[in-house]
Amino acid sequence: MDGIFLQQMINGLTLGAVYGLIAIGYTMVYGIIGMINFAHGEVYMISAYLAAISLAVLAYFGLESFPLLILGTLLFTICITGVYGWVIERVAYKPLRNSTRLAPLISAIGMSLVLQNYVQISQGARQQGVPTLLEGAFKLNIGEGFVQLTYTKVFILIAAFVGMALLTYVIQYTKLGRMCRATQQDRKMASILGINTDRVISYVFVIGAAMAALAGVLITMNYGTFDFYAGFIIGIKAFTAAVLGGIGSLPGAMLGGLILGVAEAQFSGMVNTDYKDVFSFSLLVLILIFRPQGLLGRPHVAKV
Amino acid sequence: MSQPILELKDLDVFYGPIQALKKVNLQIQEGETVSLIGANGAGKSTLLMSIFGQPRAAAGQILYRGTDITQKSSHFVASNGIAQSPEGRRVFPDMSVEENLLMGTIPVGDQHAEQDMQAMFELFPRLKERRNQRAMTMSGGEQQMLAIARALMSRPKLLLLDEPSLGLAPIVVKQIFQTLRELARSGMTIFLVEQNANHALRLSNRGYVMVNGEIRLSGSGEELLGNEEVRKAYLGGH
Repeated sequence: MDGIFLQQMINGLTLGAVYGLIAIGYTMVYGIIGMINFAHGEVYMISAYLAAISLAVLAYFGLESFPLLILGTLLFTICITGVYGWVIERVAYKPLRNSTRLAPLISAIGMSLVLQNYVQISQGARQQGVPTLLEGAFKLNIGEGFVQLTYTKVFILIAAFVGMALLTYVIQYTKLGRMCRATQQDRKMASILGINTDRVISYVFVIGAAMAALAGVLITMNYGTFDFYAGFIIGIKAFTAAVLGGIGSLPGAMLGGLILGVAEAQFSGMVNTDYKDVFSFSLLVLILIFRPQGLLGRPHVAKV
Repeated sequence: MSQPILELKDLDVFYGPIQALKKVNLQIQEGETVSLIGANGAGKSTLLMSIFGQPRAAAGQILYRGTDITQKSSHFVASNGIAQSPEGRRVFPDMSVEENLLMGTIPVGDQHAEQDMQAMFELFPRLKERRNQRAMTMSGGEQQMLAIARALMSRPKLLLLDEPSLGLAPIVVKQIFQTLRELARSGMTIFLVEQNANHALRLSNRGYVMVNGEIRLSGSGEELLGNEEVRKAYLGGH
């Protein structure tokens, strides 16, 4: 097998796992209130800043061991980002719960602009960065070339997998998960059974934000740099992944993320890096034409 | 008479510009089985849903054990002991029978879940056979049983049933009414909405007849069964 192919496979899976984590937020919110949360990319961007702040603070207090550093950063980032998710829903979407479908969508775009500008003003427009946390890599020789698998990428793959497995468990086997699914399948009936559906919707936003936060920490580890505009392109990519997998479907979001990541990396490796975004969005167009419900989604059935 | 478990006073409910319920007065005593009969579109289902505030009453009062619940949220009403098997059954299509039953335990928590689930399987043996099957794959009768069992899982003080016989084969209707009779005998307070007046009235202590959003008649089950107007309109003369 060709070295570049294998290398790009590794890069693609890493990137795709992160797309998948962010796509979860899009797909769960869509599933429960039928709305695309266009501010979700910004939630990811904020989590990148929070991760950097947390790393700086922990380093200032002399913490040097990688496991403690990453654990503290994850905990801090996920909690605070979760609060952001909760507040965004309260402020921008809940008041519009019973209005037209278009109203929360516009509100989401507004929220996304507000968050970008808030970060730009408070943190500055310059690119920020964090130092590499985890040095080193596995090297595999293949034919004349070699494939490099950095420890950072290994960590990202494991962390993303654990995050997805944990979420799948919560949704499938816990009471909270059943309440989310019930609210998604029939909100009115869920409320008649005693579920506070407004609260469940809040939980979904918090879960989505927490997954985006995990993604934020992982990407920051891998690339090291970000700015206030970082949420836009990756948000749209994750949205593409959610649509690719079938929006509303949880396994679909994860699968869609992986497929998109790999496709993009392979395109970069074999054809052209400059056009990788064009390739991703062409993929979106093709899905929307030929399989609008996505890979694992179900065709839309109008509810009576 | 003692305090009714549920009392509706001069209830007005609108669906947009259309008035669905007009000055409805109705009482249910603890331990009673009461039925509400009426033609399609008379406002029967609206009445049941308005107890949960969906839609919210425009005027009048809903009293549950003496407390005014007219402006309360659906989940508040459910948490305080009213359960409903709604129009169209509304089981969760992508959930298994067991998961659907567990959804009924929200108001009481899951400490009795296992025991109550076994009780439901005794009441409806068909559900036991299908316990791991997704609800959407089941027949109408099985879904109806599941909807009733799900409502019972919350150990309700008042059980609201919306047309449990709708669209079911006569033999299945008979089974379901047999089960309801057992429930009533065990002391459950049941408020039953039906088009199938014959079955419903024979099961009930009392009944109300609804026409175009108004209560037209009320009386004991036998009285209404014997009433000429009721026989003509809802019993097809047999």
